[in-house]
Amino acid sequence: MSVTINIEHAKKAYGKNVVIENLSAQIRPGEFFTLLGPSGCGKTTLLRMIAGFNTIEGGEIKFDEKVINNLPPHKRNIGMVFQNYAIFPHMSTKDNVAFGLKERKVKDPELSKRVADVLEQVQISDLADRMPSNMSGGQQQRIALARAMVINPDVLLFDEPLSNLDAKLRVEMRSTIRHIQQQAGITTIYVTHDQEEALAISDRIAVMNKGEIQQIDEPVKIYRKPRNLFVATFMGQTNILDVQIENQDVMIEKVGCKYHFDRIKNVNNIKAGKMVVRPNDFVFADHGIKGEVTERIFFGTITTYTVKTEIGDLVVTRDVNEHMKEIGEQVYLDIPVEVVNIFEADGKNMSIMEDAG
Amino acid sequence: MRRKYTRDHVTWNLLALSSFSIFIFFFLFPLFRLIIGAIWTGNGFNLEPFKRFFATKYYMQAVVNSFKVSTVTTIISIITGTTFAMIMRYFKIKGKKFIDIMLLVSTITPPFLGGYSWILLFGRVGWATKFFNNLFGITLPGIYGFWGIVFTFVCHSTTTMYMYISGALKNVDSTLNEAAENLGCFGLRRIVKIILPLILPTVLSTALLTFMHCFADYGTSSLIGEGYNVMGTLIYTAFLGEVSRDATMASAMASITLIFTSLLFMLQRWIGSRRVVEMNSLHPIEQTKPKGIIAVVSHFYIYLMTALAALPIFVVAYNSFQKASGFLFLPGYSLNSYKLAFQRLGDAIQRTYAYGLVAIVIIIIIAVIISYANIRHSSPLTKTADTLTMFPLVVPGTVLGIAMVLAFNGAPFYLNGTAALVISVWVIRRLPYTIRSTTGVLHNISTSVEEASQSLGANPFRTFTRVVFPMLFSGLLPGALLSFISSITELSSTLMVYNFKTATMSILIYTEICKGNFGVASAMSTILLVSAVLVLGILFKVSKGNYEFTL
Repeated sequence: MSVTINIEHAKKAYGKNVVIENLSAQIRPGEFFTLLGPSGCGKTTLLRMIAGFNTIEGGEIKFDEKVINNLPPHKRNIGMVFQNYAIFPHMSTKDNVAFGLKERKVKDPELSKRVADVLEQVQISDLADRMPSNMSGGQQQRIALARAMVINPDVLLFDEPLSNLDAKLRVEMRSTIRHIQQQAGITTIYVTHDQEEALAISDRIAVMNKGEIQQIDEPVKIYRKPRNLFVATFMGQTNILDVQIENQDVMIEKVGCKYHFDRIKNVNNIKAGKMVVRPNDFVFADHGIKGEVTERIFFGTITTYTVKTEIGDLVVTRDVNEHMKEIGEQVYLDIPVEVVNIFEADGKNMSIMEDAG
Repeated sequence: MRRKYTRDHVTWNLLALSSFSIFIFFFLFPLFRLIIGAIWTGNGFNLEPFKRFFATKYYMQAVVNSFKVSTVTTIISIITGTTFAMIMRYFKIKGKKFIDIMLLVSTITPPFLGGYSWILLFGRVGWATKFFNNLFGITLPGIYGFWGIVFTFVCHSTTTMYMYISGALKNVDSTLNEAAENLGCFGLRRIVKIILPLILPTVLSTALLTFMHCFADYGTSSLIGEGYNVMGTLIYTAFLGEVSRDATMASAMASITLIFTSLLFMLQRWIGSRRVVEMNSLHPIEQTKPKGIIAVVSHFYIYLMTALAALPIFVVAYNSFQKASGFLFLPGYSLNSYKLAFQRLGDAIQRTYAYGLVAIVIIIIIAVIISYANIRHSSPLTKTADTLTMFPLVVPGTVLGIAMVLAFNGAPFYLNGTAALVISVWVIRRLPYTIRSTTGVLHNISTSVEEASQSLGANPFRTFTRVVFPMLFSGLLPGALLSFISSITELSSTLMVYNFKTATMSILIYTEICKGNFGVASAMSTILLVSAVLVLGILFKVSKGNYEFTL
């Protein structure tokens, strides 16, 4: 039942304005695949091309071997969940969910049974006969999910479905969606700009920027082994340090700290690089980059420090259980060579690590 | 630029084209014929009627009079209407619901009926006139002439102004007010600097409508004017009058009026396009309880204006139960007027309703097609249709009526006096309102709802019938019902195109007034109003009081 989605050299243009030049990706059967990127990167455009609401100017999109480029949306058998829920306001919960089944000429008793089952699954059976006008965002989103699931679609598409919900509800809906998707095993494409959400929910993530896919990988690899500087910096807060590279030896400019990286595979013999250090990668030690704590913010489980150094302010987060530094205190920041990544300073800012994605 | 047109896009543009063609045929074509007819005699240009028009003092006086009446009325109405709307919006007024109902009923009362009931009150033999004359032993001249016309129009226009401006004020977010106050701008200054600019586009559009209605109105001016000639009365007399019929002159005058109103229309569009204020109110303005002298003044003003607007209805209703003989009301009560009224109305009642119903169905279909095509499948064609269908707003009923008659009177149409022509006049006159309100509703329907429907397997046609139209319909119904009422009470253009077989209720009422049968006219008017109120009842029921007026 699950299909493979093949995107082959897809192109999208509005007149002369090319949004996606040449994009290819393969989404595996039953996979939860996330398109992640900043707004305007073309992720929603791509999703809408798959749904059939955007025309495709070049290349092919295939469900298994079937090219769907010119198939109208209503013949693609897709379940789609929208950012603003798109609940039909003139129909009750039940009628909203039954809509797709009625279009498929499903008759009672099967119709009622399937509607009841899916409402049960998304836990809104008690709202079945209510009109959607006074429901909360979370409830409406559950209707939208049920409505998309009930037709047994070949593909499920989510267009930033959680961005209008509050933080707590977002986490709750996130696991509901993940849970239901795994049960049903439907190939799913999920669009979001929230990297935490993407990491939590996906089998694989495609990070997009300016209409191009930067990297497709599992969440851990995306986070730990970014392929280029864009992916590294998009996945959460980072410190970027200018470094000089000599084979596998790296020297941080100005402060003169030297590190040896076994993981560097510098095929192009790059001299200038950018080292990306996440705030929680820094370690307080008795050697490394010298600096002074100028700000401390306590978040509960973590504490964030701003450390003033010769190469600018660096952001450091440490676990609450660790001994806290005081403002004005002299510190040394050490860098764990096994986790940080270094990228070319010029061009496409590709990673020079041998284990990069 | 390469752009891929989908099949939907083409379908909707074709639908829009066919609807627009109907509009062109029944509106632009007659207007074109009208202007051509005024300057072309068949074998050459003839500007003689125009020359005569501009050279004759009699005609020029009418132009001046029309300007005077319209300008004075518009200025007064802007002030009275805006004040009214502001008070109603900002203050809790006792009996607001009742006031709203009275005002709504008064707006559906045809203006000529207002004029007529003012005659019953303040006319030569009116109650009030007689009362004062007996009291002081004097002979008051009555309400006739310039100020009589202005007074009647202001009473009627204030409520129209109020309804539209109140709709715009509803969209002013209260946080704007709070922000202004927070920045040190409050009281009257805040109204002038924040509120007025926000509602200005609506005020201007409504003012223009008021101006147009006065400028070429026929009914009121002919009843109350009494020799105070305005364009409307002159056009009508030249076209249908018994003594001074002069069709070329009528076309010439209608053309001049048309050109003038077109200029105003363009001016309004221009102002409108320069001042686009997008408002979306999440926090409507909270109403406060007025205090002290402000409370007294506000209540007095609101009650007075409501009374002035609604009084005609009561006068008419009361009169209908009085014994009457010609234009004299005798002491005592009887149902005789009603007996006569029903006799003379005959099947005009069913006829009026049937025409209204057909008109409103056509209006809804055309309005939905044109506005949906323009919003979802916009193209130069739909944009043109959207703009030009606003034009009837400013074309006076008299002018439209004459244009229709001239265009469809002879071969190959022979439509004059037919139901088809009466209905198409109504459709054309009310179409702009329905297109506006439909466009407003459509703007609030998110495209993703339609996409959801399509992705669930409904093809574009089924998506439209099962999702879009039901969502549209509830928003469209209040406006449609109002259009229905305005259609069945329409006089000035129906008067031009009807014949005895297609006479509607308002025509018969007007005829009775002209004959001086005030009793019968009152009874007929009451019947018309009661039926209109019934429709209003439905309106309140379906909209749960949430009807809104937008322009």
